[in-house]
Amino acid sequence: MNVLIYLVPLALMLGLTGLVAFLWSLKSGQYDDLDGAAVRILPDDDIASHHIASRDVASRREL
Amino acid sequence: MAETIDLSLFVEPSDAGASHMTLAVEGVSCAGCIRKIENGLNKLPGVIDARLNFTQRRLAVDWRNDETDAAKIIAAIETIGYHAHPFAPERADADESAQAKWLMKCLAVAGFAAMNVMLLSVSVWAGNVSDMTQETRDLFHWLSALIALPAAAYAGQPFFQSAFRALRARHVNMDVPISIGVTLALGLSVYETATHATHAYFDSAIMLLFFLLVGRYLDLAMRRKTRLFAGNLASIKAEFAHRLDAGGELVQVPAAGLFPGDRVLVRAGERVPADGTIINGASEIDESLVTGETLYRPVRAGATIYAGSINVSGALTVRVTAVGASTLVEEVERLLDKATQARSQTVQLADRAARLYAPVVHTTAALTAAGWLIAGAGIHDSIVIAIAVLIITCPCAIALAIPAVQVVAAGALFRSGVILNGGSAIERLAEADTIVFDKTGTLTLPEPRVDESAGIEPEILEKAARLALSSHHPLATALARLARVRSPHAGAIEEPGQGVRAVIDGKEARLGSAGFCGIADAAYAPHGSGASFITFTHDGAAVTIPIRQTLRPDAVAVVDALRKRGLDLIILSGDRAAAVAPVANELGIANWQAALKPAEKIAKIEELKAQGHRVLMVGDGLNDAPALAAAHVSISPITAAHLTQAHADALFLGDQLRPVLQAVAISQRARRLMKENLTLAVIYNLFAVPLAIAGLVTPLIAAVAMSGSSLLVTLDALRARLRPRVAS
Repeated sequence: MNVLIYLVPLALMLGLTGLVAFLWSLKSGQYDDLDGAAVRILPDDDIASHHIASRDVASRREL
Repeated sequence: MAETIDLSLFVEPSDAGASHMTLAVEGVSCAGCIRKIENGLNKLPGVIDARLNFTQRRLAVDWRNDETDAAKIIAAIETIGYHAHPFAPERADADESAQAKWLMKCLAVAGFAAMNVMLLSVSVWAGNVSDMTQETRDLFHWLSALIALPAAAYAGQPFFQSAFRALRARHVNMDVPISIGVTLALGLSVYETATHATHAYFDSAIMLLFFLLVGRYLDLAMRRKTRLFAGNLASIKAEFAHRLDAGGELVQVPAAGLFPGDRVLVRAGERVPADGTIINGASEIDESLVTGETLYRPVRAGATIYAGSINVSGALTVRVTAVGASTLVEEVERLLDKATQARSQTVQLADRAARLYAPVVHTTAALTAAGWLIAGAGIHDSIVIAIAVLIITCPCAIALAIPAVQVVAAGALFRSGVILNGGSAIERLAEADTIVFDKTGTLTLPEPRVDESAGIEPEILEKAARLALSSHHPLATALARLARVRSPHAGAIEEPGQGVRAVIDGKEARLGSAGFCGIADAAYAPHGSGASFITFTHDGAAVTIPIRQTLRPDAVAVVDALRKRGLDLIILSGDRAAAVAPVANELGIANWQAALKPAEKIAKIEELKAQGHRVLMVGDGLNDAPALAAAHVSISPITAAHLTQAHADALFLGDQLRPVLQAVAISQRARRLMKENLTLAVIYNLFAVPLAIAGLVTPLIAAVAMSGSSLLVTLDALRARLRPRVAS
């Protein structure tokens, strides 16, 4: 049973990490706009336009 | 005339030389809209940051004062293609969102602790039936205590604080037994652990907190959602006034930014932004939103007019008077005070349950301890069993039973176009057995419509309607609604107070008063039929178009359905009898009264209450506000006067009356479910409490019973989501 000496603290640390991560995400406003987050991933304007163009050409060729 | 806009009411200064503003944005529906608005604004010179919250449909903008201003930003959004309305953030809003965050943190802590303590507890339960040594068990119990005690101290705050407040005010709420139960369970567990006992209840205590916090959070989330929506709606509907400054310059200001003594210009067709006295000008005003009276009232300099009425014909200059300075508003305010005080404190189901619950449970626990003592058990054992009774009866299911149903029902109501002002309205709506309707704007549409039964040729009607697009007169506005071609005639000229004329197909057409169209008044304006008339002439042809208050399109069907549900229906109107009688007749409501003053409406409602009726009041006028406050529960259309909306328990959207029926139907169903849920909770206790009294409850049984009953109650609540069958 000596294995508990480090397994139990390890389990607790894992749980605590999850809790701290959640509290951090709450504090940094990640839950303020849930619907917005869902649709904001759709536009591609963060990718350089030539990148999209070349990818479009590639996908058209595949068709 | 270039008119400046004063938006200082909405702008908050942030850093040095920078400002911040929140706007409610209409028409945002997809990712493209977010990108268009944000990119468009961020490109503007001077804008520091623009961020759209898609969930709330609100836009937060920061800018540097020396490079741009609020009006330019709103104009920029208009050019992008969206309507933005400045939004005055309310304190209650900020308080609630801070509270929601705090509850969420408590919930997270309780959830973390519950999971980890359960991990240890399951090991102990498994070990108890196999080969766990006493030392290992003690270690696990101490570890549980290490997690559970600080977690409960943090996550239990909402309950401890509320219980403390209730006790200080010398009454008992649901949080008192919860706090006692949790504290005793934790204390007992620590003692048991110290004495190397087999059972500890850390997991029960912390799980209890977790479930209860879920209920609390749901409750708050529901209130926030409706408040958010109502807030956006209020800013979208917010009215602007034209203020005359000392130099005679016109400035557009939000109606909320007017002060007593300001002079405002009210043009024909505009709504009066504030109570005031007329300094200059003469006109007729439509006070249907104020008194329910549909006949126009002629006014001249010196007359008092009320916010919410519509200026029909001439332009008026009005000096804003202090709120309450006018006789009608004074009377309404005085009646409101009385009505709000007299409103019987209705006891909610949850409170009633709590009042019954606390003494019963505490007596049972005390009796159990006494019983075991008499039966010869030791003091320690008796107390342990008594505390087990407290734990097992902790009102987990009861505390979830009602908020869960409320949240689900509020969602269903929201989808039917009903916005609740508070969760308690659902129960009161379900209890209503009598519905009192106001007529004007409630049973009838808020704006008058063309009487289509008059049999006017569609071609001529279309011509008249298109001409009406050029006028601001309320009757013309009603007529213009019918125009299929939405572009006004070029060169149409409006003669204030008389009508519009334009040249159509080479011939002059006129729309307006009979005199303006060159027709003898008496011949074409039959009086006493409750309609107003507008005359149209073109190319020798002349028609008189009747325009009247018309019933909401589904009013007859809804009233029938409500009657079938066994509700008594009454009309109490401020309008004259000649206008109320046909409406009552058409709806088949025999019990109606007309020409009632606000005080008389209240008196009638008090009389109904004295007979033991639960009254649901549906009304929109300023004159209805006291009656709404006096009634058991109240609903207003979204077009209602501001003060009236503030006193209604719920608001409904749209041109239909159907939301009223659905509000009643959904609430009745929700109340049935609440009762069912409470019954489930009682049945659970009937099984669990005898076990606890018998001393058979181990922590394992407590955990299973508690989560099982909570789950059952929550699942049952989801049934409120199903649409109730409503006869149409």
